[in-house]
Amino acid sequence: MKRKWYDYLWIWTIVYFALGFFNILFAWLGMIDFLVPLGFALFGGNKYFCNRFCGRGQLFAKLGGSCKCSRNKPTPNWIASKWFRYGFLVFFLTMFAVMIFNTYLVAAGAENLKEALKLFWMFRVPWGWTYTAGLVPDWIAQFAFGFYSMMLTSTLIGLIVMVLFRPRSWCAFCPMGTMTQMICKIKNRGERE
Amino acid sequence: MAKRVASVDKKRCAACGACLSACPKGAVSVHKGCYAVISADVCVGCGKCGKVCPAGCITVKERETNEA
Repeated sequence: MKRKWYDYLWIWTIVYFALGFFNILFAWLGMIDFLVPLGFALFGGNKYFCNRFCGRGQLFAKLGGSCKCSRNKPTPNWIASKWFRYGFLVFFLTMFAVMIFNTYLVAAGAENLKEALKLFWMFRVPWGWTYTAGLVPDWIAQFAFGFYSMMLTSTLIGLIVMVLFRPRSWCAFCPMGTMTQMICKIKNRGERE
Repeated sequence: MAKRVASVDKKRCAACGACLSACPKGAVSVHKGCYAVISADVCVGCGKCGKVCPAGCITVKERETNEA
């Protein structure tokens, strides 16, 4: 099959994470990966993002597929089950809300900017070299650290399940995927194939 | 017509589209972001879609004789 321009979006994922090692403010670019799939689902009623444009899915497919970094074992049934998918979505959205709240606390002056990442919602990793204090309002930097933590954590989880199971096992419970599919199902309810 | 054909468990499908890129015949589409659909008359039953499906919701079955 002839490759299209969007088959190379896995490069974008690598560039995104690389940029975060130099300047954390680039983390804001990740909003594209957050808003575009929602836009497709809300306005188009489709999952074109997951199906064609998701750089992360492509990266997993590449590393796990042609680079053979996956055991290629079936994803355990419970991971692809409804309760786990929706449970993980609720958990992820809660963590997202906590991140927004922390940004608000910094904006309101109740908390100081923390120049660190929080991986797996537990482990603090100093990341101060990527930001010069005072460059932008503190809350903008705080959001960048929080958002990058979330993006990196989810990619690391994705890489772990890629190695353990199938290349795109992450897609079975990706919160964005679950959320956009939910929107599509609501939008297209009552319709039959 | 191939003897075997892929079939999707719509309830488990995450509509991620991993099967789309795996299908050598372009027989798969994702129906309105809800689930994958296999075009039975194009499918050759190779099972590549099932091997990449992260939700494990695609199985290859014997084609029913009266199926189009």
